[in-house]
Amino acid sequence: MSHVVVSQVTKSYPGRGGRSQPVPALNDVSFEIRHNEFCSILGHSGCGKTTLLNMIGGFERPTRGTIMIDGEQITNPHWSRTVIFQDYALFPWMTVAENISFGLEMKKIPRDERRDRVRRHIELVGLGGTEGRFPHELSGGMKQRVSIARALAVDPKVLLMDEPFAALDAQNRGSMQREMVRIWERERKTVVLVTHSIEEAVVLSDRILVMTRHPGRVKADLEIGLARPRREEDPQVIALRNELRDLIHESELQA
Amino acid sequence: MSAIGDEVSSLRFGQPLRGFACRCRPYVFLLALLGLWQWASTFVLDDSERLLLPTPTAVVEAGWELMISGDLFRHTWDSLRREMVAFCWATVAIPVGIAMAWWRPVEEQLGTVLELLRPIPPLAWIPLSMLWLGIGDTQNQFIIFLGMVFPILVNTVSSVKQIDPVLIRAARSLGASELKVLLRIVVNAALPQIVTGIRIGLGVGWMALVAAELVGATSGLGFLINDARTVLRTDYIIVGMAAIGVIGLLLDALIRVAMARMMPWYQGAK
Repeated sequence: MSHVVVSQVTKSYPGRGGRSQPVPALNDVSFEIRHNEFCSILGHSGCGKTTLLNMIGGFERPTRGTIMIDGEQITNPHWSRTVIFQDYALFPWMTVAENISFGLEMKKIPRDERRDRVRRHIELVGLGGTEGRFPHELSGGMKQRVSIARALAVDPKVLLMDEPFAALDAQNRGSMQREMVRIWERERKTVVLVTHSIEEAVVLSDRILVMTRHPGRVKADLEIGLARPRREEDPQVIALRNELRDLIHESELQA
Repeated sequence: MSAIGDEVSSLRFGQPLRGFACRCRPYVFLLALLGLWQWASTFVLDDSERLLLPTPTAVVEAGWELMISGDLFRHTWDSLRREMVAFCWATVAIPVGIAMAWWRPVEEQLGTVLELLRPIPPLAWIPLSMLWLGIGDTQNQFIIFLGMVFPILVNTVSSVKQIDPVLIRAARSLGASELKVLLRIVVNAALPQIVTGIRIGLGVGWMALVAAELVGATSGLGFLINDARTVLRTDYIIVGMAAIGVIGLLLDALIRVAMARMMPWYQGAK
């Protein structure tokens, strides 16, 4: 049974100014994501991929169509769908440990178990020894690790990632992508990753949805059977990268 | 060998001396002004004129007198107490400001009223408040309250509106209820600017306090300087003015220290 079911979702925003023609962001998007699948949504900015993620997160509602998780329609944000944001969204007044503990407190998990889970997740993302530090004392890559630990600690059903590594420099981005593979192989989750980076989608995904813009639509749905870790110079990886580049380029020309 | 010895000794004795000289530098002009003042009122002014501008040394003497007699302490304490009581009342602006920024209908209704009241200077309330509340603590505190409440309110509202919406989303997706979002996220994220509002509020309140005491009190630093005017004790007036300035400065410094203590995360966070 599919885990996340997006069916015939259309989203438009009210137009600004005098002409109140609604601006379409997504048009009739349907797809299904399986349990524990790492699914990337790939596309240029303006293709509605972030809108789609926001709707799965429960922050926005579709104009038409439905999004279901385990057969239940999404109406609100919920801890079963945690989000990793591009700019980390750590609470600056909380230490690393307090940030990770926040969701557990909201779930009313008893103190001892909370401490245990915080420790486990700090270790999972390789941040041992930084428990008492504040976010402004950490590098971008470390902040994103905290954010990953915080999102995983509440044990969500689905992990949503919104351009999670886009704010990092190239070197950090590569190592964080490899880290993500390692973490995900230890803590299997259904992941929906939104990205504009072909590279990132290729390194991480079981499945890649390519989107076109104006309005947003799913153009291609690719299953990626390659074993991890994936090497840049592997001919199959190169072929996949080229295929994706062509798909995105085509959609550019059409738009 | 001796050259090294010289260097060591110059390090040992020269460094602190140089450091001391550096720390003194910002005060050079101030001291020159005080010297000029001393010289002018001693040698330029005649006796009757000196009554209007006593020398700095005479002011220091008068300050010592007022300290020994306990008058300075008593008036300062009365003023500070009024400032603090009014501040306690003015903190109501924090929850009200958060509510205004968070719930649109609250801002719609309260905003209209407050925008009408805000441009009225606190001092313009003095005549009416004297008729309502008489002369004394309550009237003074009312005026100070008016001076404090708007800066705190305005800063609270804008601080809550400036919170990065991504923080709110993060909290909600981690399972925080509306109440938890308000108490755990909004209050904390807004705190630095709320404290800025408190600093401004305490400053404005302190100014309003002195004005209120000039006309509507029988104690306090404002009363002290106005009372000294009636008996032509300009030295007392200047002592009172200096005390008002120094205490204003100390209040602000106190808040800044408290802020650094309470919000270690804020240093360099933004």
